[in-house]
Amino acid sequence: MADKVLMKGNEAIAEAAIRAGCRHYFGYPITPQTEVAAYMAKRMPKIGGVFLQAESEISAINMVYGVASAGMRVMTSSSSPGISLKQEGISYLAGADLPALIVNVQRGGPGLGGIQPSQSDYFQATKGGGHGDYHLIVLAPASVQEMADMTGKAFDLADEYRMPVMLLADGTMGQMMEPVTLPETAPRTVEKPWAVTGTQGKREHNIINSLYLKPEILERTNLERYDRYRVIEEKEPLWEEYLTEDADICVVAFGIAARVSKNAVKAARAKGIKAGLIRPITLWPFPKAPLAKAAEHAKAFLSVELSMGQMIEDIELAIRCRRPVTLCNRTGGMIPTPEEVLAAIEKAAGGEN
Amino acid sequence: MTHEILIAGFGGQGVLFAGKFLAYRGLMEEKQVSWLPSYGPEMRGGTANCSVILSDDPVGSPIVAHPDVLMVMNLPSFDKYESEAKPGAKVFVDSTLIERQATRDDIETFYIPATQMAREAGVPTLANMMMVGKMMKEVGISFDHVEDALRKVVSAKHADLFDANLKAIQTGYAYEG
Repeated sequence: MADKVLMKGNEAIAEAAIRAGCRHYFGYPITPQTEVAAYMAKRMPKIGGVFLQAESEISAINMVYGVASAGMRVMTSSSSPGISLKQEGISYLAGADLPALIVNVQRGGPGLGGIQPSQSDYFQATKGGGHGDYHLIVLAPASVQEMADMTGKAFDLADEYRMPVMLLADGTMGQMMEPVTLPETAPRTVEKPWAVTGTQGKREHNIINSLYLKPEILERTNLERYDRYRVIEEKEPLWEEYLTEDADICVVAFGIAARVSKNAVKAARAKGIKAGLIRPITLWPFPKAPLAKAAEHAKAFLSVELSMGQMIEDIELAIRCRRPVTLCNRTGGMIPTPEEVLAAIEKAAGGEN
Repeated sequence: MTHEILIAGFGGQGVLFAGKFLAYRGLMEEKQVSWLPSYGPEMRGGTANCSVILSDDPVGSPIVAHPDVLMVMNLPSFDKYESEAKPGAKVFVDSTLIERQATRDDIETFYIPATQMAREAGVPTLANMMMVGKMMKEVGISFDHVEDALRKVVSAKHADLFDANLKAIQTGYAYEG
């Protein structure tokens, strides 16, 4: 096994992207994700890759569109306000069926907000931040190791399903250092016969476009895309379960909130409360199956979020509102403490404890 | 065994570096480790801090709100975090820069004139590592892997400071006071 090194989450993303065969990075600096760009600026020129600091986020995402059209692995990264700027380009990527990786190391919003960690871009990431009928696959790492692993997986999923994939992290995940084992295997290569790579007079032109003026054609394109989405919803949901088999109180949290919640679940168990944790790793597709299963025995659900409560709606949908779902949250760059989550678990458990 | 360590001081005193060193040393001992820096506006001219967790078990939340080991290198940090330390916590105070004593009697406080000691030892920028040395001694973190960990955190550009860092840790480790 390869050696473990200590890395920041942001650096792990950058190194893992390079190891996944990404040789094109376009970005614009913004706290708390700047280390991704800084790492790329240092490494890309040494390995024949391209690092380009664009004049704006809008410019960067459209450069991503260009490289993706040529069939190469490409990425951009930013933090919340910068990701908002990229939304037009993300919608175009989705509309043109282009694979690409977009990393959002979230900070507090709305507006320019703050620079401390947040998860308040959940709606934007999972419900379509740009216009039109589309989805991104959204991956939510909860450790520096997962920051690396999910980056490679994101490129694979993007290529396999021909669509943009978002890695949704937060300031804590980006800034913290943990031991990480970096992937050593050669990146997967996927044939891209649709790419615009020059016909050399031997084939018809490939056209990359998101403009369909005939509604019948646009409808058909959208329906075909949603056929693909259905396969993804079937095959790709990922989650981690912790002490859920007999859980009365089912905590649901992702990313840093899941790390905090795990401490709280342990503390609740020590007090005799049967608490468990479901950690969605894919936020779209949302892992509905384990939640529906937990709803068969759990008395209540608790959504722990660094937002005013966004994922809670998906929890309610996944369990068809069969059980009460309460919210334990902080916003604006604050993080709930394990004690706050424990108190919410105790409250959800009611008078029995 | 888990150590939840919080290191705080002014930006420029090397509190993040000190935490990184401890995290790397822990990694080499095959502990589970995490290192989380403050990166907010307080970094710009104010206070800096980092949370370091060293554990035999997987690290849950990387945020240390209630440290069992607290190292403070300026008064604002002592004022802010003294009340947050767990009962029984070991607290390390740079007594050159912090004149007051602890107000709690349920914590074990060590006063190290680290800034003065560093000046006298000819390594004036390494009060942080003097403090780390004393902390290792009192908390029971062994001297194994110290050189290997230092090699990881002292960048190639500053390789000439390797010996000075080692000396600072040794001096702090040997300090009885």
